[in-house]
Amino acid sequence: MADPTTETPAAAPNPLLVLGEEIAKAAGAAVSSVTLACGGAELVLRVARAQWASLHAMLRDDPRFAFEQLMDICGVDWPEQPERFEVVSNLLSLSLNRRVRVITTTDGDQPVPSLSGLWPVAVWYERECWDMYGVVFAGLADMRRILTDYGFEGHPLRKDFPLTGHVELRYDENRKQVVYEPVQLAQDFRNFDFLSPWEAMTALPGDEKVHLTREDRAKIEGPR
Amino acid sequence: MSVASSELAKRAAAGVSPFTAAEEPTQLKSGEEATHTINFGPQHPAAHGVLRLILELKGELVERADPHIGLLHRGTEKLIEYKTYIQALPYMDRLDYVSPMSMEHSFALATERLLGIEGEVPERAKWLRTLFAELTRILNHLLNCTTYALDVGAITPSLWGFEQREKLLEFYEAAGGSHYHVNYFRPGGVAKDIPPEVIDRIGAWAQQFPAFLDDLEGLLNENRIFKQRTVDIGVMTAEQAIAWGFSGPCLRASGCAWDLRKAQPYDMYDRVEFDVPVGRQGDCYDRYLVRMLEMRQSLRIIDQCLAAMKPGPVKVPDSKIVPPSRGDMKRSMESLIHHFKLYTEGYHVPAGATYTATEAPKGEFGLYMVSDGTNRPYRCKIRAPGYAHLQAMEVLSKGHMLADAVAVIGSLDIVFGEIDR
Repeated sequence: MADPTTETPAAAPNPLLVLGEEIAKAAGAAVSSVTLACGGAELVLRVARAQWASLHAMLRDDPRFAFEQLMDICGVDWPEQPERFEVVSNLLSLSLNRRVRVITTTDGDQPVPSLSGLWPVAVWYERECWDMYGVVFAGLADMRRILTDYGFEGHPLRKDFPLTGHVELRYDENRKQVVYEPVQLAQDFRNFDFLSPWEAMTALPGDEKVHLTREDRAKIEGPR
Repeated sequence: MSVASSELAKRAAAGVSPFTAAEEPTQLKSGEEATHTINFGPQHPAAHGVLRLILELKGELVERADPHIGLLHRGTEKLIEYKTYIQALPYMDRLDYVSPMSMEHSFALATERLLGIEGEVPERAKWLRTLFAELTRILNHLLNCTTYALDVGAITPSLWGFEQREKLLEFYEAAGGSHYHVNYFRPGGVAKDIPPEVIDRIGAWAQQFPAFLDDLEGLLNENRIFKQRTVDIGVMTAEQAIAWGFSGPCLRASGCAWDLRKAQPYDMYDRVEFDVPVGRQGDCYDRYLVRMLEMRQSLRIIDQCLAAMKPGPVKVPDSKIVPPSRGDMKRSMESLIHHFKLYTEGYHVPAGATYTATEAPKGEFGLYMVSDGTNRPYRCKIRAPGYAHLQAMEVLSKGHMLADAVAVIGSLDIVFGEIDR
């Protein structure tokens, strides 16, 4: 599957792209790619895991970039990739009014340097990322789970974790307490596959346009 | 010596003495040196939902505050990964359930951005979204300011405020057919146009609302008890607020003039005039004041929206994204097919990712949405403002009295739907 966050850089010198190049130059070899997403509206940097924290420190402290606020850290799971987890941070510069997205990758074992030393708000975001994906952060003092139940096992936002979970709980009237039991489904979970091959096989003559992407279709049909 | 209450309960259940020798009550130091841990919530009226706060107290002073969240975790992000874009939208209403449309706003904008149809949304739809986003802001601030007064000892404001809230919710009902979970903002516009008389009803409501705000401010602003409970409590400097990821009224109360509606305008916010109230002290009282003033600014925006709105379409004309009207669906075969396809398979969104944020009443509500080209979001991370705010609970309440912790929680405008997701 193609990496969806990578899009071809715009040909015209977009100010965000200029900023991205400047960051890449200042960061040396740490930044592996500078791309724009959403038609040039969002700047995306991909960075080596080892330089994750140092790049963020530079983005925050260098007056040319001045990304003072860490708005979010989250994980994304791509099970087919060698390093399956993306860790994504979204930074905001209040003084220069712009945003940047920084992405690194890791697998379940390699720790990502924690940003909690730079921003105190990172602690809960990293705890959530650990809870949901099992991504380990080096230097994070508080590695407790945050959103899931006390004593929960597994990392629910991983793609191989079933939507229904593994345990369910109920109140047991006889034992006068809440009990955990394995999930029992009266009916199989229905997951419709809209990418099934028979759709492609029914591309009848004259029906080709349906299978084109929006942009391609717009090119053929012209402006509405 | 402090013993976590859960630990005590465990020992009691095991049939052993709840105290080990070292922790025997006789060993407790007396007076100021002794600390003890209490469980605040999850069943506490001032916890604003299901907050479990472990408070370590020294006498009556808060030494440590450790919020335990997740008691309302419903797995929204996981569920959205298994739903089409149309099916995922109603989950947004259920995040911050006191201001549902603001959450939908982020989702609609993010999906439009991924689809690349931001520029095609008709003007009337944008005006309607701006109008209802501001009605929602008042809806949210009314609830927060008045229940905040309840937290610190005043009952009347909440009784008055809920009457106004009910009137606002009737506009919700007129627009989307439901009081709370309206599912009204859609990618590509809004679900349907509002009935013409609702414009007049909103106008009439907006006429009488400033008098209500005057009454409310008369009750609270200079109230001696209210000020004693809130002034200089939970102070956050601008630097601290930025480091702790604050946004919205909580950030502005600390003196940062930052508002996404001004800085990164979306929909019609660049076409309306309004001011951004900014606080100075960053204490609980300022956070309250900023919200009160924001309601008056929202009223200004509402008046401008009502004046500027022209009749016209409220959805993009692309029938591959926007479902047909019920009437068309009954008469036209093509519309029936579109209807069927959109409500079963949905539309496929080109691969890409976006972080789209709006100025929700509580602060920056952002969505990091990743699409892999299928009809379902591959990942939808919800960045809720309250999540960052609640984390600062410890720095805000440290050194204050136990009762002040209640004042701090109320001033942060916590709603667990969005924090626990």
